[in-house]
Parts: sequence; C-alpha cells; structure tokens
Amino acid sequence: MHEQSMVESLLDLALRNAEKANARKIVSINLVVGDYTGVQEEAANYYFGFLSKNTIAAGAKLNYSHVPGQLRCRDCDILFPLQKHDYHCPRCQGRRVEIVGGRELYIANMEVE
Amino acid sequence: MSARTLSIKENILGANKEKAEINRKLLDRHRTLMINIMSSPGSGKTSLILRAINRFRDKYRIAVIEGAIASSIDADKIARQDIPAIQINTAGGCHLDAQMIKRALDTLDLDRIDLIFLENIGNLVCTADFDLGAHKNVVILSIPEGDDKPHKYPIAFVEADAVLVNKIDVLPYFDFKLDAFPEIISGFNPAAKVFPVSAKTGEGLDCWFAWIEETLA
Repeated sequence: MHEQSMVESLLDLALRNAEKANARKIVSINLVVGDYTGVQEEAANYYFGFLSKNTIAAGAKLNYSHVPGQLRCRDCDILFPLQKHDYHCPRCQGRRVEIVGGRELYIANMEVE
Repeated sequence: MSARTLSIKENILGANKEKAEINRKLLDRHRTLMINIMSSPGSGKTSLILRAINRFRDKYRIAVIEGAIASSIDADKIARQDIPAIQINTAGGCHLDAQMIKRALDTLDLDRIDLIFLENIGNLVCTADFDLGAHKNVVILSIPEGDDKPHKYPIAFVEADAVLVNKIDVLPYFDFKLDAFPEIISGFNPAAKVFPVSAKTGEGLDCWFAWIEETLA
C-alpha cells in the first residue's frame, strides 16, 4: 500500500485523540485493517517508529486486527470469504459479486496514560 | 497516571476524505468537472487525455493535473497543447492525496476552466484508496495487461465510473477475452460503463467522448 502516508494519518489521528483526552503517553494503538488495504505490518511499524519520535506516541505498539475479504453474491444473497482472487459465487458460480468486507482501515481504540 | 483505553473508531484516511470533499465543493462552486484517470504505468493515460483535449479543446476550457513519481515527461506533452497543465511530483510517492490536489487547484483559474483531467500516478493498487475530490473516476486497462486484472486489483475497478479498455488494435495478438470483459466489471460494479478503445487508431473513442459530454451536461 502506501504505509508512509497511512502512518502519517494514523499518527495524526492518534495524537489528536490523545491530546483531547489529556493523555501524557500513548502505550498502544489497536488497528483494524482489511486485507484489501494491503497494509504491510513491517513497513507500517518502521514508519511509525520513525515518525512518532519526539511525540507522546514514541515507543507505542501497533496491534493489528486483520479483516479478510468478504464477498456477497447479488443473486443468492449469501456471504463468502475471498479466496485466491476467485470472485465466483460458490453456490451459483455467478460473477455478480459485491465486496462487503476487507476495506476497513481504522483505529479501534488505544491505551494511553 | 494509570493506563486507560480511549475508544476511537475513526477511519485513518478520514482526514483525506474530508479534504477531498472540500475539493469537490470548490470545483462545484466554479462549475468545473474533474475526472480522475487511473491505470498501471503504460496503459495510455496521457495518450487518451491528449485525444480528449484534441476533441474538446474548441468546445470546453480544459486543464490537466499531472501526477508523476518523478520527471515531467507527461506534463511537457500536455503543456505543448497550450492548455493549463499543473505537475505534481510525488518524489517517489505511490499515490496522490487530496491535499496535493487542493494545492494544484489553487493555482488554476477555475472560473475559466470547464473540465480538468487528473492524470493519477501509474499504479492500480494505492491510487484507488485516496479520494481526491474528482467527480468521476476512470480506470484504464490495456489489452496487453490481461483480462484478469480486475480480479487482482478489484478496488480500483469497484471505484470506477467508467473503464476504458485501451489498445484494442492489438487484440489479435493477446488472449484478452474482450467479449466477456464487461461482465467481469459489471459483476463487481454494475454501474460502471465499459468502453473498448484504441488511443492509437481512434476506434471506440466516440463512446468515451459521448460519456464525457453527458457528464458535463
């Protein structure tokens, strides 16, 4: 994906919320990340370490909760998980499939002191 | 001080989305239509924009915002058309964001522009996640890239208002199943229009131009 700008936005959001709550330190940030976003943890952690220096988020741990791609057949109205780029409905084999899960990218919550 | 949990539940790209809405409202106030054009490198973004400029330059006032990772090769081609062309160089960055577009829009005299083509960075992965404030998203896929790309990079196609299948002049040399392709797109995104075109020969371009005109009306 584009971990650098994702982390910039994430850090900005975390710092704003910490400030609002009069926190002195951010200990950890719990993220919800859909598989479609393609966020690479290693790259995100690297940029976070770099960008959070000299902020109250320095040293905070990023925890990732991954959401797999989920699809819905528009004809059968059943939900099924994305597997190996296969966009056929497992019931009718049709291609009228909507992406309903896996694009999440948000901070669920964070631990602060 | 003891540890406590702050509930946030805010989208990380929410700030970009807000800035994109500001861009859209700015364009709306000036009655300027902005079309965001996305594709892999080499699919024909610049060529198709040049085709559209030649077709519409006597009818509409056009500007181009050029995203590029480096160099100004594309912006130079556009500037030779003697229309306003703004280059955004991301210096290695893989996508544009709404703030970059805001700065570009601020340098244009929007009261004198009807139509802006926004040529995105050549990349189907990252570009699709960033709303830039355009009114329409167009994705270009060229025949040599193969008809499996919507399944590999679905988000770009899910966000598309129109999909241009470019380079149909070389269709005989590739295994791209053009007849079946619209069904692949409509499976994901029933609202998207699919236009097979060739920027080289001009085949099919009239349908795309008609779509632009309808959108401007």
